[in-house]
Amino acid sequence: MPDDLNLPEFPIPEDLRGQVTITTLDRIYNWGRRASVWPMFWGLACCAIEMIATATSRYDMARFGMEVMRPSPRQTDLMIISGTVTKKLIPQIVRLYNQVPEPKYVMAMGACASGGGPFKEGYNVVSGVDQFLPVDVYVPGCPPTPQALIHGFLTLHKKIAAQPIKAIPGYRKGTLEPLPIPVLGPDLINLRDLPRIPSAVPGSDPETA
Amino acid sequence: MTEPRIDLQVDSLDVRFPGKVRQDSRAGYAGYIVQPETLVEFSSALRDQLGFRYLSSVTAVDYLAEDLMEVVYHAYRLEGGPGIVFKSQVPRQDPRLPSLVPLFPGAEFQEREAWDLFGIRFEGHPDLRRILMWEGFHGHPMRKDWHEAYYEEEVKPFKNRWPEGQVYRIEDKVPFGHNVSYPSEFSPEGWVPEEDVALYAGLGKIQGDGNGKGSELETEKIIINLGPQHPSTHGVFRMVARLDGETVVDLRPVMGYLHRNHEKIGERNTFLMNMPFTDRLDYFCSMGNNFGYALAVEKLMGIRPPERAEYIRVMMAELTRIINHMLAIGFLLNDLGAYFTPVMYCFNERELILDVFEAVSGSRMMCNYFRFGGVARDLTDATFSMVRELVTERLPRKLDELERFLVMNEIVRERSIGVGVLTAEQAIGFSAAGPVLRASGVPYDVRRAEPYSIYDRLEFDVCVRQHGDIYDRYLIRFDEMRQSLRILQQVVRDMPSGEIMTGKPQYQVRVPAGESYGRVENPKGELGFYLVANGKANPYRYHVRSPSFINLTSLAQMCRGQKIADAVVILGSIDIVLGEVDR
Repeated sequence: MPDDLNLPEFPIPEDLRGQVTITTLDRIYNWGRRASVWPMFWGLACCAIEMIATATSRYDMARFGMEVMRPSPRQTDLMIISGTVTKKLIPQIVRLYNQVPEPKYVMAMGACASGGGPFKEGYNVVSGVDQFLPVDVYVPGCPPTPQALIHGFLTLHKKIAAQPIKAIPGYRKGTLEPLPIPVLGPDLINLRDLPRIPSAVPGSDPETA
Repeated sequence: MTEPRIDLQVDSLDVRFPGKVRQDSRAGYAGYIVQPETLVEFSSALRDQLGFRYLSSVTAVDYLAEDLMEVVYHAYRLEGGPGIVFKSQVPRQDPRLPSLVPLFPGAEFQEREAWDLFGIRFEGHPDLRRILMWEGFHGHPMRKDWHEAYYEEEVKPFKNRWPEGQVYRIEDKVPFGHNVSYPSEFSPEGWVPEEDVALYAGLGKIQGDGNGKGSELETEKIIINLGPQHPSTHGVFRMVARLDGETVVDLRPVMGYLHRNHEKIGERNTFLMNMPFTDRLDYFCSMGNNFGYALAVEKLMGIRPPERAEYIRVMMAELTRIINHMLAIGFLLNDLGAYFTPVMYCFNERELILDVFEAVSGSRMMCNYFRFGGVARDLTDATFSMVRELVTERLPRKLDELERFLVMNEIVRERSIGVGVLTAEQAIGFSAAGPVLRASGVPYDVRRAEPYSIYDRLEFDVCVRQHGDIYDRYLIRFDEMRQSLRILQQVVRDMPSGEIMTGKPQYQVRVPAGESYGRVENPKGELGFYLVANGKANPYRYHVRSPSFINLTSLAQMCRGQKIADAVVILGSIDIVLGEVDR
């Protein structure tokens, strides 16, 4: 039992250290689950190569219990958006996100996933995956070095450790609504923007929109 | 292969087709301008009589001021030597051209790209659909009068950034909708998103001898999708296959999921600003991409880098080749079922080479190291001895080790020998490049065929294998790594001292008007940059002839008749990288 699991207000006698701990359910539950986050094995672009490099021997993601990368969204906890998100791809990304079981986390790896990056001005580029998904950790860099990605993992671990179980949406009663999947129209259609679109159509009367 | 008859001089083509073909006489331009109605006749004469059997690149340029669309073709002889450029001009309103796919099947995807991005219709094309954007997208984005949603100004640097220096976020100024062009009859409620009907229908057409005829067991044909999220597609790539049982009847690659608009952005950027963008094309080989782009711009500017810079460039390009082929082998074995262990070994060596890159350029992957007329920083002695140790001691041993473990492996041989065969004729027709072409028995390597930099005085062999199957494409990468080491050993031996830059480094280079096509033998094949400059600070046209994209043209051919489990291996043996496929 690591000492950091123990609540600081309950001192453990010297001879019982490492064997007994007094803690809360939140703490021990999060301690377990943060050390076995399974990322989704899905690379989008350049950053994916650094993500793979992080998994290889020099950086060794396995030290953080994260080496089990699953290609199926239904077996994963963490989506690493490792690259440029394009308009053509975002419907699939949102669909995959909806398939990941709760509790789920999203990491925006690199400049493109965080805000469009160098390609932001492009006509087919979504400027940041956070326009469509809730992002938990942003990792800066283009591409982030493996060290930066590991720092992102540790930040995610901290975030998980601090989450009260009751506050996690997936652990509550009732079903969660899936996120709306954007539609590929003449341009990308974010369904939340639907009421505003008619004003952008030439020849239409903006008053009726 | 039959020896082509060369009975006509290349420079007399305008005499042979009087009134139909003329020399391109614009300043800085070369080649021929062919009337659209003569295009097919002209190109078949090129192919059959003059020996230009390899159509390397097809692209388009939008000359807005002249109200013209120009389609530019680059063709080469497989015996080597300089190529031929020919163009065909059509009006901007409803541009139509005869398709060259019946003559050069390798033009298929490139013509689709020109249709998608420029709206040029190729008549007689077997499958003219959008390729990078989705069906239903409004407009043809590479046209000069098409503006993207975040459009600010025609060229960079944008006025609000420099010299005024007040940066604002463009989305605050152009809120949703303002620059997004919707067709006038569009209504969001009535919109039905385009399903892949045309794609699936195209697959149904090529059924061969009909449903199950000829076989004893009648089986139902099914269509399956692999990707864009699939562990074996090497990124966001999608294959749609029509299967008869387990056998692939037909297959279509679907791309564009990583279309990052390199070319549109590249035409807003200044020449030097494009250098870091080339890094992100084939993100395994950033140094090789820099090389091609630097060559294209240097051709326009008419400068050559000093001797030491040439050696450093070749050193970096060959180290890049080793990285790329290491990973290609690793991922291919991954697809064959050796889950990740070979990749781990290969990544180990990659890390050591990346240390060199980081030392010279400051970045592991995106090096941005080349400049026009040289390289950005000099090699230190410490870095140089790192390279020397790698290429003389470590890498040769590691290659031996990999070969010992992997080459004679029974499973690898069983699954790859005789699978996914591409014959020499097919490979040339499909404009395949690099290891894919050479594994099919065509000894064509740009480093030898049209030597650039210092490759004409380096000793190395053009690797070639004869069978054109997966195993040969796998082995040829070992061969090429050995040749790269040979080159590197010569470079390390002969590295001269001196300047690393011609002239002083400058932010804004002066590029005279004209066109140029710079091509290098990148690890994945011939990487070409087609540039049109109009004397301003930005390229008027910036096109990338990407080997991964064009090599995919032959994927369907290789997969037909194979098992679906082999299709992923065939894809792995082509060695694509999506940043370059979709650009």
